[in-house]
Amino acid sequence: MFMSSDVQRRTAMQERHVTQPHEAGHPIVLATEDLHVYYGSKEAIFEGDLQFAQNQITALIGPSGSGKSTYLRSLNRMNDRIATVKGRIMYRGVDINQPDIDVYEMRRRVGMVFQRPNPFAKSIYDNIAFALRLRGVTAKTKLDEIVETSLRQAALWEQVKDDLDKSALALSGGQAQRLCIARAIAVKPDILLLDEPASALDPVSTSQLEDTLLKLKQHYTIIIVTHNMQQAARISEYTAFFNQGRVLEYDTTSQIFTNPQVQVTSDYVSGNFG
Amino acid sequence: MNAKRQNKVAIGTLYGIAGLVVLILLALLGYILVSGVPQLSWHFLTAPAKAFTKGGGVGIQLFNSFYLLILAMLISFPIALGSAIYLYEYAKDNWVTNTVRTAIEILSSLPSVVVGLFGFLFFVVKLNMGFSILSGAFALTFFNLPLLTRSIEDSLRTIDPQQREGGLALGLSRWETITRVILPAAVPSILTGFILSAGRVFGEAAALIYTAGQSAPALNFADWNPFNISSPLNPMRPAETLAVHIWKINSEGIMPDAKAISSGASAVLVIAILLFNLAARYLGKRLYKRLTSA
Repeated sequence: MFMSSDVQRRTAMQERHVTQPHEAGHPIVLATEDLHVYYGSKEAIFEGDLQFAQNQITALIGPSGSGKSTYLRSLNRMNDRIATVKGRIMYRGVDINQPDIDVYEMRRRVGMVFQRPNPFAKSIYDNIAFALRLRGVTAKTKLDEIVETSLRQAALWEQVKDDLDKSALALSGGQAQRLCIARAIAVKPDILLLDEPASALDPVSTSQLEDTLLKLKQHYTIIIVTHNMQQAARISEYTAFFNQGRVLEYDTTSQIFTNPQVQVTSDYVSGNFG
Repeated sequence: MNAKRQNKVAIGTLYGIAGLVVLILLALLGYILVSGVPQLSWHFLTAPAKAFTKGGGVGIQLFNSFYLLILAMLISFPIALGSAIYLYEYAKDNWVTNTVRTAIEILSSLPSVVVGLFGFLFFVVKLNMGFSILSGAFALTFFNLPLLTRSIEDSLRTIDPQQREGGLALGLSRWETITRVILPAAVPSILTGFILSAGRVFGEAAALIYTAGQSAPALNFADWNPFNISSPLNPMRPAETLAVHIWKINSEGIMPDAKAISSGASAVLVIAILLFNLAARYLGKRLYKRLTSA
């Protein structure tokens, strides 16, 4: 029997290849162990064992329906009423996938930004301040200060500082998404989850958003789902490749893009499918 | 027929139908206003009705209509709001909620005269509340609740689910998300539903004939103690509303100017509902601006 060189290479490659981060100075803040997610009786995530390093950006890539968003939404239990999540989600040594965890407090520490910008029908100021007020921050000076630093961190302050009392619904898509980031970081999270945050934005807004994320990683641990492989390559330190509900490969971003160990990853990052 | 021609014919037909609806509406409104407005005067709007002689007014009926409207809305709105929030935001989609929804649907198609007779048997007779504003308000609640619940539920449905996720992702509870994010955004739409149902309640007659009664005893507008029988605020007094009054003088009115009074009262009813709509719409916009700083 003949075997083409391509097929030989494929058989030589491993089916899965997961290297957890281990760089000094970036401890693991979040890790999933033996994670399974079910929609009814349908299993959507079969085994997600990933560790996330502090103050680094981790990108989750993979074709549509590969389970990367489902996985991300499980991390701060946004899937609670939608899906069944089994396994452990270890956040700084605590399994947050437990019924007795204060899920609201946990979500304050593990914030989330969504695919479509979803500013509330409130003023720009109140979009950021109202969650703080509900948590007992009522002093006007303190609120002003948090609103300003959050907007500065999200690189939106200069554009909106004179319009803080205007409706957030009047912002452009890119500005609205940065407001959503400011809103998320105002409650002082530890980890920021982003679910394809740039997919509804134009190229200029996307590149601004990427700059913002690169600055934000000094303060936060960022996990981002993206369809855009250039984006993953540009901003992330680690990349996980999802396919059909499984993590097929996890490694440093440069490894994934230059020297993938799994054939499917190689096909995906070189644009042969997906 | 080619596509372009077909399109033109379709548009023409639709314009025709829409025009017909507007025409009917205008003719109806025009007739009521033209025959009714000349009867209006300060005296007509404030004087009590007379049973046998000329020159009666609709003052008490007008007051009763508003008072009954306010009471009915005070009772039905909180219940409708609560059940709509429960049904849309909390309830799981199972046979229980489906049964509740079906029940609401059936209740909303109940003829109002049936609601009135039920109110008569239950509130007036069984609970011994007599012909009273309160009996009428409860009957109107039964009549109003299903539609108001449905319309509030629809208002909640128009709010993007992403808004809920946004609230939850900030660490807000579901209740905080609903009260601080969803309801403020839904206010204009909820208010529209509120206005529409208030208009229906204001013009409702059949459900009130057997519950709030057909008599309008003289009121002492200087006495605002709700426990006195002649006080306008007493909820246990019988109270004929404007709509019931129109029905009554048309079926058994023996005053010589019955037709004029009926026309005038109809005009008052229509104008009141119109003003009510406009004011509430304006308020809704103002409220939305304040809540959202749009």
